[in-house]
Amino acid sequence: MASVHVRDLRKRFGKTEVLKGVSVEVPNGSFAVLVGPSGCGKSTLLRTLAGLEEADEGTIHFDDRDVTRLAPRDRDIAMVFQSYALYPHLTVRDNLAFGLRLRKTPEAEIAARVAEASETLGLGPLLERLPKALSGGQRQRVAMGRAIVRRPSLFLFDEPLSNLDAALRAQVRVDIRKLHDRLGATSVYVTHDQVEAMTLADVIFVLNKGVVEQAGAPLEVFDRPATKFVAAFLGSPAMNFVDVRIERAEGGFRAAGQRGLSVALDAATFGDSLEDGRAAVLGVRPHEVELGEGGVSLAVDLVEALGPESYAHGDLGGGAFVARLDASSPVKKGEALPIRLRTVHLFDKETGTSLRGAR
Amino acid sequence: MKRRVSPAESVAAHAVMVIAVAFALYPVLWVVALAFSGARPPAPHVLPLPTSPTLRPLLDVGGASRDGTWLFGRQLMNSIVVALATAGVGVGIAIPAAYALARFTVLGKEGGVRALLATQMFPTVASAVPLYLLLDALGLLNSRTGLVVCYASTSVPFAIFQLRAAFEAIPADLEEAAMVDGATRFEAFLRVVLPAARPAIAVTALFAFMSAYNEFILAATLLGREEMFTLPVVLQRFVGEYDAQWEHFAAGALVVSIPVMALFYVAQRHLVAGLTSGGVKG
Ligand SMILES: Nc1ncnc2c1ncn2[C@@H]1O[C@H](COP(=O)(O)OP(=O)(O)OP(=O)(O)O)[C@@H](O)[C@H]1O
Ligand SMILES: [Mg+2]
Repeated sequence: MASVHVRDLRKRFGKTEVLKGVSVEVPNGSFAVLVGPSGCGKSTLLRTLAGLEEADEGTIHFDDRDVTRLAPRDRDIAMVFQSYALYPHLTVRDNLAFGLRLRKTPEAEIAARVAEASETLGLGPLLERLPKALSGGQRQRVAMGRAIVRRPSLFLFDEPLSNLDAALRAQVRVDIRKLHDRLGATSVYVTHDQVEAMTLADVIFVLNKGVVEQAGAPLEVFDRPATKFVAAFLGSPAMNFVDVRIERAEGGFRAAGQRGLSVALDAATFGDSLEDGRAAVLGVRPHEVELGEGGVSLAVDLVEALGPESYAHGDLGGGAFVARLDASSPVKKGEALPIRLRTVHLFDKETGTSLRGAR
Repeated sequence: MKRRVSPAESVAAHAVMVIAVAFALYPVLWVVALAFSGARPPAPHVLPLPTSPTLRPLLDVGGASRDGTWLFGRQLMNSIVVALATAGVGVGIAIPAAYALARFTVLGKEGGVRALLATQMFPTVASAVPLYLLLDALGLLNSRTGLVVCYASTSVPFAIFQLRAAFEAIPADLEEAAMVDGATRFEAFLRVVLPAARPAIAVTALFAFMSAYNEFILAATLLGREEMFTLPVVLQRFVGEYDAQWEHFAAGALVVSIPVMALFYVAQRHLVAGLTSGGVKG
């Protein structure tokens, strides 16, 4: 077990800088998720942690051990690859034992650890098979097994579920988290799936174009996104954004948009960032909307009924807007739906940083 | 979707196959028939059956001796040793080269590969004379070593091509997984890449073996003493200018084929393709 301290990591491939000064702190024993859109540098960061890529600048410490320049095999890590990377010429048993054999572990110990891992992951009946005789889900479990027999101080996962079908993915996601809770080893997990990120993580790092946009506990990041990018990336359906101007009004400030949109802003939440005439972006999550007279109306042009809930699509203040409603809500296409916004977020129009917290 | 095959279709398919096989085998059967013929010259007829059957030609060829040494045995050994050494040396040189070309940024990679390809354009005869002079200077004329040096150097470029493609087809993930698991780069190569490339290596080695085993022009040029001959040269001597001993030629050809058949039989197991499938992705 180890804590991970990444400071100001930079990595370039030729002319493109892929990591532009990334800092990441993962406490001992916690499950960290690196999440972000495709190409943002998640895999590169993980591979740098593994020692498969060398950092151009910055340092990596596991506890207080500087591993920045160490070879992968000297870092005491195990990694589960997106492709699983099972050794095609070895049986499942030998795949599991491979790392232990390289480290000259006594055969009795190897047998015990392989038995334990195969018990945990239900690999027993597969032990004598070659990888080509396994299904995708079974390969994924073997890849997990190969990592856990090593008992490393750090687990690295690069999108280990992306090759599984949706039902299996949900199942394995739960299994991975349970396994983590049992083993207690520090884990760093890469995904671009925000559901995986939210459900698995103790601490979540949202990456965008080679920088960490925000780090924190999943719900904290979800509830208080530091930037418009984070707000848009987490949550499904995504947060609605409407261009507004901040205006002074009776007893405080309000956000004014097109088509008569007017939303009162809470001075306690937004503090000094409320300046008369400032251009901003109003953010509202679909589920932070409820029916009721609140001065806002949604011009509905489509209703999606999903069963337990419905989504009303329409126009609000000149922008596309989605509202989540109870299935029982009587909403029809073409209606001007009166709604109340329970929680609103405000972002700077230029930089996209949240105007909350600038108290 | 598997469709049920009607008996008529099955018969037709088998008939076509039998005809095709017979067509391909007919000349071979003739050689076999000749090898057991006692009559000189063997009379040609439609069915490949020996005229006055005898083991004479086989015994003549196989039993050839000189000064008390078993000449044919020695020549057979020459062929086998030279071909095995060519395969070993050629593949041994090609493996590291091909791996480097497949995995690393090598200065002048594409140019070098093209130059390698260019060497394949020249026929062997073109280099026979310079090779003769070179080996003469090195004192390697009339030796197995000299022949192996020539054969290996001609088999290396093709082997590099074959193996480079094979190494490129092995995902880098596999080596990286091995390195994370505790291997050095070299151990990862030895324990993961080489086994995964085994079918390709076997095919490449077999190819080098076959081309050395069958090679005639260089062997005839570079070998002057009968006890150094490889079998293609020996066979050629049976059908000389004035006196064509066809039954001896056929008997020799039969014996020459045996090691090759044995080799194919043994190699079969290693040639099974698709060994890499399944290691990566689903
Ligand atoms: N070996 C390499 N050489 C050159 N460019 C690379 C290399 N590896 C990655 N890149 C580039 O670095 C950027 C980040 O790649 P990375 O694989 O880290 O993205 P990612 O966040 O993991 O994306 P995904 O979700 O698609 O896996 C991409 O633009 C990619 O093209
Ligand atoms: Mg990736």
